[in-house]
Parts: sequence; structure tokens; C-alpha cells
Amino acid sequence: MISSIGKLMINWMTQLGEATNMVRSVLFWFTRARFEFKQFINQCVVIGVDSFAVTAMTSLFTGMVLALQGGNTIGNIFGDPIYVGTLVTFSLIRELGPVLTAVVISGRAGAAVTAHIGTMAVTEQLDALHTLGTNPTQYLVIPRMTAFLLSVPILTLFSNLFGVFGGYLVAKYALGIPGEVYMSDVTAFMGVKDFMHGFLKSFVFGFLVATVCCYKGVSTRGGAEGVGKATTGAVVTCIVMILVLDYFLTAILTAFGI
Amino acid sequence: MIEIKHLKKSFGAHHVLQDVNLNIEEGKVTTILGGSGSGKSTLIKCMMRLQNATGGQILLNGRDITKEQNPMRLAALRRHFGYLFQEGALFDSMTVGENVAFGLKYLTDTPLEKYPAIIQEKLAMVGLKPHVAELNPSELSGGMRKRVSLARVLAVNPKCILYDEPTTGLDPIMSDIISDLILEMKKRLGVTSVVITHDMHSAFKISDYIAFLYEGKIMMYGTPEEFRKTDNPYVRQFVDGSSQGPIQMKLMKD
Repeated sequence: MISSIGKLMINWMTQLGEATNMVRSVLFWFTRARFEFKQFINQCVVIGVDSFAVTAMTSLFTGMVLALQGGNTIGNIFGDPIYVGTLVTFSLIRELGPVLTAVVISGRAGAAVTAHIGTMAVTEQLDALHTLGTNPTQYLVIPRMTAFLLSVPILTLFSNLFGVFGGYLVAKYALGIPGEVYMSDVTAFMGVKDFMHGFLKSFVFGFLVATVCCYKGVSTRGGAEGVGKATTGAVVTCIVMILVLDYFLTAILTAFGI
Repeated sequence: MIEIKHLKKSFGAHHVLQDVNLNIEEGKVTTILGGSGSGKSTLIKCMMRLQNATGGQILLNGRDITKEQNPMRLAALRRHFGYLFQEGALFDSMTVGENVAFGLKYLTDTPLEKYPAIIQEKLAMVGLKPHVAELNPSELSGGMRKRVSLARVLAVNPKCILYDEPTTGLDPIMSDIISDLILEMKKRLGVTSVVITHDMHSAFKISDYIAFLYEGKIMMYGTPEEFRKTDNPYVRQFVDGSSQGPIQMKLMKD
């Protein structure tokens, strides 16, 4: 039992060390080698554009369910569904927008990144990059990491907008709240700090998903089965770490008054 | 000349290369023979620094490849070599033409407009028709993949080509075609070649020197003629492809 826990810890620490090394290598090559702009644009399409519909759909219905649940609960307590817009917007911008977007992207684009790099690893294509004057960090990881860092905050922004819009639809047509009241509730208590809170989280989550998925891909071993394991491992690690990190980020950002 | 001195490589408790000493002559074909799992591929991967040696030296013009820590200088050292992967390792997200031209972008200053001509030249050199450049790697047969992979290596004009089991998995005729290509590259371009194989027919045909790798050491080094005549029972058994002999006895003991 103790030896199993020990092995698990050693395994985690090894992976953490290797992932940190990968990030160090990213910083090294980012400043010294040419930026793969074509790869970056391709990845922005795969990670950002292609994930737009699914994140928009997720947020739209999250906003709708938040308005419905919140409105009904507030209505039961206070007699009127007041501040529904505030509830929906705060929940989305500070928490659910960044978290849900990151989770959806890790399941969609993150899995694709791990599977692609993993397949290249088991077919010696990563070694081939070394033999042809470049390396996996320069050619694969940096374009993907920068695309994640750009795409996740932008998608989070759109996700927030769709969520607030979903809340608007439910508030207006299901709860009978006038549109102007909902919209004034949306902006009433919202400050730059709240926006920054969500934005910083989305940036950190983007970095997390990029690091985990690229690392899992690069370290894939053992043929098709290995690719499957790496892909599943990447998505599960991302989801768990997003949720765990979300708590600590909230605590830290709140402590700094953001 | 490439000098390999006391090279060691271990994977955990498994010591694959124990003490390899070998000189690779410039402009010659040196074949490294050995059974499956004997560490042949590990040896050339250490030469290319795709794997890190556990100990020893690999000297390329006096500079030790195994000790180079700076990624930029290591990349510069790697330029000396071209590497033909066993399964080709072609980039499956690119066409054959893009694969062949890939190294030009990173290893040469060739202007972009010259790429198509170089692609056609290198494909022709390995006996492939121009239209192959438009195909995807998934549309190629095993022999074609190896030839495209060789064209990709040739495009960047390396001084030394490392061939990882170039004839494995091919029919006898295609194996012979690949062997002829290796010889042609030596004659036409004067490149140094290191070939990893357990294909005796190919080894005798192409080699200037043969090294037999057994139990992590070079057991015998010599010309093909010396290998044909040797009395060494281990080498004899391998050359004859016999199931009876000291190698099998050793396996049974283990």
C-alpha cells in the first residue's frame, strides 16, 4: 500500500519535472528559433475557431439554466426574481465562463493535440524533426502553446457573452423579467476587477491545457494503445487540474483584491 | 571519421550497450550486424543524439557528441548526419514533396523557388516518378516510403547517412533495390554510410566493413570477406542464419 502510494508520487513528480523541463525548453526556443507562424495559424483554427460552436452552445445553456434556477430560487425566497442578470453575469465571468471553456477545449482541442503529437511520437516523427534541423518544441509545442494562450481567453470572452445572452432569453421569456431590467442588472455591479478575475483565470487555464496536452503527446510511448492512454490521461488531468487550480486561483486573486 | 569509444547505454538495469568501440571510416559503408534487441538501433540513435549515452564517447572530427549540452550546438552537430528511419517516419500531415523539402527550410538557405526542382531531383535519384510528390505518405508502399525517406535525407546533403534497417519488411527485389541505392549514394555523393541490419545478403553486398554487435560489445569487425571466412562460432551462426549454435545456447541459459 505504502509502496504503491510512493510509486504514484514518484510518477507524478517525474511527470511534473518533465513537463517543467518542456516549459523551460519552450522558453529557450521561443527566443532563439524562428516562430512557426503557419503552424500557429493552423492551430488557432483547430483550437480556437473549431471549438467556437461547442463552447458557445455550452455557455448559452449554462447561462439559461443559471437564470432559470437562480430566478426560481430568488423568486421563492423574495417573492420576485430580482438580480437574475447580476447572478448570471457574476457566475459566468468570474467562474463558469473560464472553467467551462477550458474544460470543453481540453476535451476537444486538447485531446486532438495529444493524439496528434502522440501519434508522431510513436511513429518516430518527433525524432525525424530532430534529424531535419528543428525539434518538437520549436515545430509543434510553441505554435500550439501560443495558440492555446490566445484562443482560450478569446473563447472565454465569447462564452461569457453567449451565457449572458442565454440568461437574457430565459429571464425575458420564462421568468417575465423585462430585458432592460436584466441588462441593467448585468452591468450594475460588474467592475473591471471582475472581468480581470475571469480573464486571468482563462489565461492560466490556457497555459495549463497547452502544457498538459503537449507534454502528454511528446511523452507518449507504446504504439496505438499508448496514444489512447496519453489522450485519455491528458483530458482527465486537464479537467481535474482546472477544477483544483480554479479554487486556488480564486483564493489568490481574491486575496489580491481582484 | 567517427570514433566510438567505450560507449555504454542502459535502460534502468538493462545494459544494452556495454562497451562499444568502433571507428567509422569516411566515405565507406560500415554495416552493424546484430540480432533483434542487440542494441543496433540504440547505437545509431546515440550517434544522432536521439538517445543519450550512459557513458563513453562518440567523437565526430574530435568533438564528443555525447557531451554536448547546448541545444543550438547540438543541432549544428546533428547536421553532419542524415537518418533513414526504419518505417520512414514521414510526416503524415504533409505530401511527399513537402516531406522531401522539409529539411531545406531548417538546414539550408535554399530559396523557396528552388524547392520544386530539388524535390524532383531527389525523387528521381531514388527512382521515383515526379507525380509521387503530390501523394500523401499513407498512399505509399513500404518500399516507396523508404525511398521517399531517403530522398528527404538526400535533400539536405548530409556527410554521413545512418540507415536504420533499410531492407527490413521489404520483398527481396525491393531489398536489393534499396541496397543498390545505398551503394549508389556512396559512389555518387561520397557519403559515409552506417547501416544497421540483420539482412546478411544486403550486408555482404553493400559493406566495406562489417561490425558484429553481440551482448553490448563489438564482437568482430572486418571486411565482408573476413566475415564469410570467419571461424568465430557466434558470427558463423549469425551469418549462416542457423538456429543451432552458441547464440541459441546462450539464450537458453538466460
